[in-house]
Amino acid sequence: MTEDQVKQIVIEIINEIAPDEDTKGLKDELALREQMDLDSMDFLDIVMELRKQHGIEVPEADYPELASLKSCADYLTPKFNAK
Amino acid sequence: MELDRIVITGLGLTAPNGNTLEEFRANLLAGVGHVESIEMRYMGKVPAGVCNFDPKQYQTRKELRVGTRAGSIAIYCTHEAIISSGLDFDRFDKSRIGVYVGTTEHGNVETENEVYNISQFDYDVRYWTHHHNPRTVANNPAGEITINTGITGPHYTIGAACAAGNAGLIQAVQMLRLGEVDFALAGGVSESIQTFGIFAGFKSQGALADHSDPNKASRPFDKSRNGIVVSEGGAIYCLERLSDAQARGATILGEIAGYRINSDASDYVLPNPERQAECMRQALASAGIEARDVDIVNTHATSTPQGDIQEIKAVAEVFGDCPNTYVNNTKSYIGHAMGAAGALELAGNLPSFQDNIIHPTINVDELDPECALPNLVVNKSRKVDAVKVIFNNSFGMLGINSALIVKKFES
Repeated sequence: MTEDQVKQIVIEIINEIAPDEDTKGLKDELALREQMDLDSMDFLDIVMELRKQHGIEVPEADYPELASLKSCADYLTPKFNAK
Repeated sequence: MELDRIVITGLGLTAPNGNTLEEFRANLLAGVGHVESIEMRYMGKVPAGVCNFDPKQYQTRKELRVGTRAGSIAIYCTHEAIISSGLDFDRFDKSRIGVYVGTTEHGNVETENEVYNISQFDYDVRYWTHHHNPRTVANNPAGEITINTGITGPHYTIGAACAAGNAGLIQAVQMLRLGEVDFALAGGVSESIQTFGIFAGFKSQGALADHSDPNKASRPFDKSRNGIVVSEGGAIYCLERLSDAQARGATILGEIAGYRINSDASDYVLPNPERQAECMRQALASAGIEARDVDIVNTHATSTPQGDIQEIKAVAEVFGDCPNTYVNNTKSYIGHAMGAAGALELAGNLPSFQDNIIHPTINVDELDPECALPNLVVNKSRKVDAVKVIFNNSFGMLGINSALIVKKFES
């Protein structure tokens, strides 16, 4: 799986859990919270959907890795490819 | 001590047969109810009262995803109530608004959904949602109102089984009189059609309605009645001290004349007509009126074989000698909206102050002789000279009885 595919998976999850947000044109390196109205519960939702839909586990200590699309891709792509 | 006069200055509702007071009232006068057959988890088809308001009218999609159905119903009714009150909400001090929402139960829906959810993951609790606790805390529907509207005054729910709609309104009256708030949003809501446990519990108790036509399933006082139709719905009222309402030139829909809540102290589910009658008499005393002064008695009757008879006994004891007091029921149209029932039923009768028409109870093909009060308004509306006093009964499990008296406003 490529980093772009992983980013797309994250965007699809955000579309699901924050349906009022516009996810078109999100900047890779900028924190997601700076580009959308996401709160800590939303990030827990992202973690839950990664677990439910893709069997990916994100330990609490690693939550900061989900800050931006790029950091998500850096962190999650190896996990997807290790499945 | 002279108590402040408390008046109703706004109202928002959703019922299975109407999303505004006008629509609800028109259907009650036309004899049009609405009950559907819905698929219930583990149970199959059951009759239920389902509301079809547009929740996106006042909530974002994210709020809808995170919140509860009870919260959505409460928010819809609240916005409609505030609009109808004509209050300049944006400029009003939000810290002086209180929110008091009656519920029969809360949390069953959300807990059942999560247990079902983790059953799909071999009961691994890592899949249990972090939204569970804020969804299931007992203050949820009232709290969701405050988050959605920015109200910073007190909020809580009043758990009073199926007497909760009246109890919410009574709480608001008390808080206004204590000077705790200047404007109250109060009433009751129900999301109970989404919990199989309520349906299965009534079924095990032999108290769940069954009929081939869902619209005939809820039939209080009919000889063939066989139980309750569970419904969702809500009614939220705006209440104010009379002086405040008059100062802002509000339209006054009615005045709270008196009320009473008491307890049977006798059984978990069986009603107690002696205590119900006592509750009604004490409500009359609190309003300083006689039984004969009442024009409409709204019955709580839920269409159970025993419960309806017991309530009619109590009503007959208090109002039996009142030739001009008429008795009606709303559950025959929409089923039992649980925590919203009392507040919705009062709403259905309030327009009588203007049109002097008493809506009937419907679905009575053969009146049960044991429920045959002479002034029961059956199947057809009745026009009277004047409606000045509405007496609203709501009773609940664990033996909680409530009676709320609303009179036509006369300065």
